[in-house]
Amino acid sequence: MRHIISVLLENEAGALSRVAGLFSARGYNIESLTVAPTEDPSLSRMTLVTEGSERIIEQITKQLNKLVDVVKLLDLTEGAHIEREMMLIKVRADGSEGREEIKRLIDIFRGRIIDVTESTYTLELTGTGSKLDSFIEALGATTILETVRSGISGIARGDKSLHA
Amino acid sequence: MELNGAEILIRFLKDQGVEHVFGYPGGAVLYIYDELFKQEDVKHILVRHEQGATHAADGYARSTGKPGVVLVTSGPGATNAVTGIATAYMDSIPMVVITGQVNTWAIGSDAFQEVDAVGITRPCVKHNFLVKDVKDLAETLKKAFYVATTGRPGPVVVDVPKDVTMATTEYIFPETVEMRSYNPVVKGHPKQIKKAAELLLAAKRPMIYAGGGVVLGNGSKELIDFTRGLGAPITNTLMALGAYPATDDLFVGMLGMHGTYEANMAMHECDVLISVGARFDDRVVGQIEQFCPDATIIHIDIDPASISKSIVVDVPIVGDVATVLTDMIALIKDGKSGQDDKALKTWWSQINEWRSIDCLNYDRNSDKIKPQFAIEKLYEITNGDAYITSDVGQHQMWAAQYYKFDQPRRWINSGGLGTMGFGLPAAIGVQLAHPDATVACVTGDASIQMCIQELGTALQYNTPVKIISLNNRYMGMVRQWQEFFYESRYSQSYMETIPDFVKLAESYGHVGMRIEKPEDLEGAMKEAFAMKDRLVFMDIITDQTENVYPMIQAGKGHHEMHLSSERELA
Repeated sequence: MRHIISVLLENEAGALSRVAGLFSARGYNIESLTVAPTEDPSLSRMTLVTEGSERIIEQITKQLNKLVDVVKLLDLTEGAHIEREMMLIKVRADGSEGREEIKRLIDIFRGRIIDVTESTYTLELTGTGSKLDSFIEALGATTILETVRSGISGIARGDKSLHA
Repeated sequence: MELNGAEILIRFLKDQGVEHVFGYPGGAVLYIYDELFKQEDVKHILVRHEQGATHAADGYARSTGKPGVVLVTSGPGATNAVTGIATAYMDSIPMVVITGQVNTWAIGSDAFQEVDAVGITRPCVKHNFLVKDVKDLAETLKKAFYVATTGRPGPVVVDVPKDVTMATTEYIFPETVEMRSYNPVVKGHPKQIKKAAELLLAAKRPMIYAGGGVVLGNGSKELIDFTRGLGAPITNTLMALGAYPATDDLFVGMLGMHGTYEANMAMHECDVLISVGARFDDRVVGQIEQFCPDATIIHIDIDPASISKSIVVDVPIVGDVATVLTDMIALIKDGKSGQDDKALKTWWSQINEWRSIDCLNYDRNSDKIKPQFAIEKLYEITNGDAYITSDVGQHQMWAAQYYKFDQPRRWINSGGLGTMGFGLPAAIGVQLAHPDATVACVTGDASIQMCIQELGTALQYNTPVKIISLNNRYMGMVRQWQEFFYESRYSQSYMETIPDFVKLAESYGHVGMRIEKPEDLEGAMKEAFAMKDRLVFMDIITDQTENVYPMIQAGKGHHEMHLSSERELA
């Protein structure tokens, strides 16, 4: 099953490579990984999407907790949570009909056009991973020139929060 | 007053109570070596190869419980230390390894003798640090010692660039350290402990399986009280030999691939198993599906990640073994009257039946020196009271089977990583920690050649280790596997040239002896151990074709043992 694990770790050189190294050394999957400092600059928050049986996920969380740089972690998938991913996508848009169609489509998905040239649009879209997948699918015959996805960021719903 | 980084480092080691540092100088650590030269509190042991430094520090740590300290230079100094660091990591040995590094401004420029020591050691350390500012040096060193010695212990690397050792700052010894991200659990959960005690008291066929965690956590006394309180059979892993006394009636021997028949059968047939500080290693478990098929399993471990890693357990207890056992002893005592004495008696009569097979018997009338005989003699002549280090292979298994360790920290071997070359430098470290003790290194003709250069270190520091080399002119364990599983194709397991070990020992300034006949062994060994102030290299020419038994093939169940080439189980 797919799990989203939120990790609070010391914002120190090498902390990220400890996490990445753990996954490669023990043969765990990483679907996506995002990391940036929090409001407290001494801490980084990481969102890690991985897949595995319950036993593997249990090992992953234990092994992550064992890393000296990891302050706390939470498996978001265990409770109600929100996940978001941001995508920048550059598409060919040269015919007037095509340009109109793309604009309609990005409106439907509640995204935005953030850069325009005579022959291209650059689009910005935020949502769950599957929403972004659907948008790419909906683009159909449109030529995609470039796709950049941020990877999933997640947070628990309600009062629950992950802090040091 | 401001001190430079090198002074701070040496002052810190002194204030931390470090007496011995095992190391080898080089360009990046010259300031540190200069400070070492100016003082006498911290004694430096100059090895002949950085691998030797790590193993010596490791032996020192295993035999004392104190962290071993290593100092090496950048680049090849650090890479040579990696094998020893990984060895300590696999066996959870507290160690602090200080590696020199090129100047901070040169890091990343492929400078002379530069390697990414933090990157290279990351997967084989408990934690590591790169010190970029002299102001952080003392605190980082304190953290290194704290992390290395608490929780599940392990090696910690501190990488110190050369310019940090020159830069100056104020020095205050940090008495304590706090790390918000590192808080090992000590006390076990009372509910879980109660549940475990109830299960054990209700068991008809209880079994105790003790591991290296008992030694590391100084829980031997508690383990003895607990085992006797329960009256259950107990087995020790390779890493735990001595944690429970081998000469005690409740002890059924080591378990696992080369464990005793009674220990493995008791594992297979038990109905409640308690693992105390053991990690269900593949050499112990064999085939996962057939492991303790009828048992409810309780597991005490300080490392939550060890629990249910390979074998799913029913009652996990995270905590320090000594603390958890203390809590459990009281509960066992209170509930003792409820124990099923009749069932326990039946269980013991079954175990004694297995014992009567005498699985460690061997041909005692051979005209060749049987390696088992050599270890039995070693046990007799040292009164079972020596510190025994070992290398890796057949000799290691025979030492584990035939030397009956009654105390913890006496059996010093590389269990997890299986590092050939460990034995001699480890013995030097043990002898330095215990100058008046008897220390022997059980080794083989292949293993000893991997760190043979440390014979020089042994002479320089007058460590009168006795090297018991079981010379079968083969890499015995490789040969044994090739005989069993590769139709006796002895591919590269035989060295056509091996040195004259007697002359080799003599050339290093030691005593060498060659023993070729069983009847000469006892006299020679007595003579060797009587030389209290000399290292003696005993080159014992053993039966070339002897194999280690009992044996469970990798991936087989505990009940599927081979007893010997002549004896098979029905």
